[in-house]
Amino acid sequence: MKINRLALCGNWILERFPLAKVWNEHMTHYYAPRNFNFWYFFGSLALLVLVNQFITGILLTMNYKPDAKLAFDSVEYIMREVDWGWLIRYMHSTGASAFFIVIYLHMFRGLMYGSFKQPRELVWIFGMLLFVCLMAEAFMGYLLPWGQMSYWGAQVIISLFSAIPIIGDDLSLWVRGDYVVSDATLNRFFAFHVISVPLILVMLVFLHIVALHEVGSNNPDGIDIKKYKDEQGIPLDGIPFHPYYTVKDIVGVGVFLLFFATVIFYMPEMGGYFLEHANFIPADPLKTPEHIAPVWYFTPFYAILRAIPDKFAGVIGMGGAIVVLFLLPWLDRNPVRSIRYRGGIFKKALVLLVISFIGLGYLGTQPATPELTFFARILTVVYFGFFILMPIYTRWEKTKPLPTRVTEEHSLEEQLHTFEEQLPALLDELSEVKNTGPEIGDPAFRSSFFSRRPTAEGISHVLTRWLKKIITSLD
Amino acid sequence: MINEGVDISKRQFLTSALTVVGAVGTGYLAIPFLAQMRPSVKALAAGAPVEIDISKIEPGQLIRVAWRGKPVWILNRTPAVLEKLKTLEGDLADPNSNNSLQPEESKNSVRSIKPEIFVAVGLCTHLGCSPTFRPEIAPNDLGDKWQGGFFCPCHGSWFDLAGRVYQGVPAPTNLEIPPYRYVSDNLIIVGDLTGDTKA
Repeated sequence: MKINRLALCGNWILERFPLAKVWNEHMTHYYAPRNFNFWYFFGSLALLVLVNQFITGILLTMNYKPDAKLAFDSVEYIMREVDWGWLIRYMHSTGASAFFIVIYLHMFRGLMYGSFKQPRELVWIFGMLLFVCLMAEAFMGYLLPWGQMSYWGAQVIISLFSAIPIIGDDLSLWVRGDYVVSDATLNRFFAFHVISVPLILVMLVFLHIVALHEVGSNNPDGIDIKKYKDEQGIPLDGIPFHPYYTVKDIVGVGVFLLFFATVIFYMPEMGGYFLEHANFIPADPLKTPEHIAPVWYFTPFYAILRAIPDKFAGVIGMGGAIVVLFLLPWLDRNPVRSIRYRGGIFKKALVLLVISFIGLGYLGTQPATPELTFFARILTVVYFGFFILMPIYTRWEKTKPLPTRVTEEHSLEEQLHTFEEQLPALLDELSEVKNTGPEIGDPAFRSSFFSRRPTAEGISHVLTRWLKKIITSLD
Repeated sequence: MINEGVDISKRQFLTSALTVVGAVGTGYLAIPFLAQMRPSVKALAAGAPVEIDISKIEPGQLIRVAWRGKPVWILNRTPAVLEKLKTLEGDLADPNSNNSLQPEESKNSVRSIKPEIFVAVGLCTHLGCSPTFRPEIAPNDLGDKWQGGFFCPCHGSWFDLAGRVYQGVPAPTNLEIPPYRYVSDNLIIVGDLTGDTKA
């Protein structure tokens, strides 16, 4: 009786370890709102990328040498001579960028649907700590290939500490362990990158999820699903995380992997954004590259640093850009969570924040010319304006009435169906039939599609209607 | 835990005493743990002085040597450059080097011991990039105001050919001048001012 033995063995464990209890609490009896949309993929995707970074990272340490004399060559050795080394390294380097894409979208979701608000402040704080740790992890990891960008990027960022009055110079000396970025710096960054920070990351992920499961997930409507429960005490709008969302997330994973693999196999350097060109030159302490810029995920903060024409104030501005995010739960005075029921002023402010963040991100990759610095200053003001003025404008908001239960979204199938129905009318509006040639005899070829010509009037008509729709959606 | 007939205050005292002793112990242990990250004896020793033969530097030429792992520039300035330096003072943030780092004998308008030979640490005082040497006047990329000097590509700081910082750029002070002295007319030692140590 093999099955019985197995069951006995299972029971033996369950009597001694709360495996079933933890599984039930966090998977099969964790009730998540049933109206999660596209934006709710990024939490589980972040976990997937974290696992990717752990596995590929451990494999890379097997051939990497944290020594200023050997590091650059050992990375090239991994790329050229280790079996599949190129794949593992590209998975790790692409994973770093993917991590930030996923996390930025995850944070934006939180902003949009008010996931940082009462009672989820701690979930947000743990998440922000994760973000800071992730930046530290990425920064220290970027030094390890010991290329020109690694070297001078680290030199600039460590010099930020020296802007702190009184203790600054000693502090940056202590961080580097030498007068300049050197072997000592590389060695300790390796230790931090592969041991300390990953440990802290894992602990914070644990705390983030524990805090989330205590209060329950928010949803696109931003309303509390625990108000309406059935006889068993299960929220009427809740569905068990497993199997419903585990299965849904697998679809997200599939789509993500499609993009991830495309980058790894076809554009691992991403035109110099994921792996910068200057980093293929070994570090030279005597010569800074002509143009240095951090990797794309740091550029918004870097642009803020450059925009402020004072060393210490610049560092404060850069740090402040991250600190204000921590304060978000207390800056937003509006109790309505989801953007669906918030006032137009918040929607417009959020659009401005996105524009300023992406704009700063672009400017951070460009050389600091006077014109670009001027734009960076404006966008810096917009960025901080979103947060600092928040306690004021969130009070003025005219919010919409909240639904009592979560709302239905039209399924993709329905949306496609409506679009299909509207298509002929849209085509008529955009173009007109012009007789261009002799009538075609066969009715199978008598479609008017190819004899249609677009009309300027129709196109401008549709465009204005579309624009008006966007503008009214911001009210 | 049995709480009946127990002197709670004694228990409290023991708990507090243990906490304090533990905290002090942890504090002491933190010192070696944190101090091991300071520059090691080897890193400190690598700050040894460097000897440079300056006889082969052509007028207008700049050479780079490494001292303490940092780039040190030695520039042979032409009389034309020295004339130009006098005209720039109005645009500079600290023309007299009052807030900048340099040995006393280099604290003058050309920031050197001998006017033509300029020695400086080639790291921007903003965030430590190495500025590029741009001796030409008004090149296309830097504009008409450029009078020749050092341009930091990282954050756009401007320095003149005496390492003096311009106004309105991120760098707060002039480029650092390392301690150096002339052993003979053609030989300088960087990193040693006193002459106690032989390079």
